[in-house]
Amino acid sequence: MDGALQGAGPCPRTGEEGKLPAIAEFDSVGLRYGTGAEVLRDLDFRLSDAGFYFLTGASGAGKTSLLKLLYLAQRPTRGRIRLFGEELSEAPRESLPPFRRRIGVVFQDFRLIRHLSAFDNVALPLRVAGASEEEVEGPVREMLAWVGLADRASARPPTLSGGEQQRVAIARAVINRPQLLVADEPTGNVDAEMAKRLLHLFTALNRLGTTVVVATHDVGLISATPGADLIRLEHGGLVDPTGMLRNPPPGRG
Amino acid sequence: MMLGWLFASQADRRLLGMGPFRGPTPWVIAIMSFSIMIIAATGLALANTAGSLSRAIEARYAVEVPNGARNLGAITQALKSAPGVTGVEPVPESEMRQTLERWLGPAAESADLPVPALVNFDAAPGADIGAIQRRMQAIAPAAKLSAHRDRVGPLLRSMRALQWLAFGLVLLLSVASAAAVVLAARGALDTHRFTIEVMHGIGATDLQLTHLFQRKIAIDALVGSLAGAAAGAVVILLLASGSSFVGQLVGGARLAPTDLVVLLLLPFALSALATWVARRAVLRTLREAL
Repeated sequence: MDGALQGAGPCPRTGEEGKLPAIAEFDSVGLRYGTGAEVLRDLDFRLSDAGFYFLTGASGAGKTSLLKLLYLAQRPTRGRIRLFGEELSEAPRESLPPFRRRIGVVFQDFRLIRHLSAFDNVALPLRVAGASEEEVEGPVREMLAWVGLADRASARPPTLSGGEQQRVAIARAVINRPQLLVADEPTGNVDAEMAKRLLHLFTALNRLGTTVVVATHDVGLISATPGADLIRLEHGGLVDPTGMLRNPPPGRG
Repeated sequence: MMLGWLFASQADRRLLGMGPFRGPTPWVIAIMSFSIMIIAATGLALANTAGSLSRAIEARYAVEVPNGARNLGAITQALKSAPGVTGVEPVPESEMRQTLERWLGPAAESADLPVPALVNFDAAPGADIGAIQRRMQAIAPAAKLSAHRDRVGPLLRSMRALQWLAFGLVLLLSVASAAAVVLAARGALDTHRFTIEVMHGIGATDLQLTHLFQRKIAIDALVGSLAGAAAGAVVILLLASGSSFVGQLVGGARLAPTDLVVLLLLPFALSALATWVARRAVLRTLREAL
């Protein structure tokens, strides 16, 4: 796993950006919870297949809500979202699970199942996808070793430190090589060395073709990833003075 | 495989974080199953008793002659020779006195006591009951002829009503069991809401999640209903006072072999009902989320 996933930076993207296929397209998307004010409004952008994006903005700007739309935990209250080439904003809920299996999510609060071991938490996406126990064992051990938790495989989340839990959450998100990886503040609870390793993991996955979207306040993380594009949210809207977010430029790395 | 969900892997079993037989569900189902077993057995026994009583008295009549003990022999002979009479059963005077003794005490043995004559007889279908009555009144003008069904009718109607009441109670208890299972299923969903959200988030289908809960509730329901039914069977056997299994229940009521099959199937039917209801409740609740 180490060799396969190690990489120096995001997937180099050459040529005209408009020609790259989009993995996600937002068209006049708005979102409100209940009868409250819109937390996201007039979102128009596309995420290129195999792109690497940082989503930034102040607390309350709508980053987590935007990520929820991306990983299909929320439907927009207006506008349209296309994911993997399919219009999913109004798709029947029964049709969503196969698309969710193509998305890996690293939650801000880890969302590990407390009564399952680290091994079982990481194995969940594979088991949900129907993998046999023989097919699960090797990749999960390998992934745990990669995030430095080989000897903690049988530990349950409450006995793990915050950083260890975050690494388990990341291992779970990437175990099935998702097409789209969405991470909400993935380095919030890890030290600098682990943050560097995680970034390497994300860029390596990106080089293998995974589109990566990382919501973060970590300027260091952004500056350490020169080829990535930036999506900046303010008060639920995109800050897009140059228009480059609608047509992201080629990799700048 | 339709029942494939019953055979979950160890990993799937770990997902809900607890084995079966925890919580009140098995106990509630066991109590319901016990009650259903007893009430169903009573209802079936009542139905059998009412049926056999009804068949026994359908063509049975009684001739009663006040103070007519001396006429007993003549009436018996006249009935035996009457057309349409298929059987005659005189009640001996000694038996009449024994019956009267319950009310009169030792005075029932007094020679001065005007003991009535009583002869039961069975009539063939289409027999002229009026002619038989006239023949009796020629011997004893005070003779009164009555059909058993007229006398026992109210009792039979009460038995039938009790029988339907028992079956109604079985239905009500089944509905109550289903409601308890729905509450248990919702409670389990609430307890595991976080796990469900995570599973949904990584692409688990409603059916995959439903199977986890369905399996647990099915096992809880089966164990509970079998335990309750076993306890109910013990009580029924005790009531049968050690007679043969297809023996007397209460007051001579009997359970036929088909009744026993019905009783044996009840816990399985209850488990199937609980599982089906749980599946619907879980699916309906899961559909409320995206």
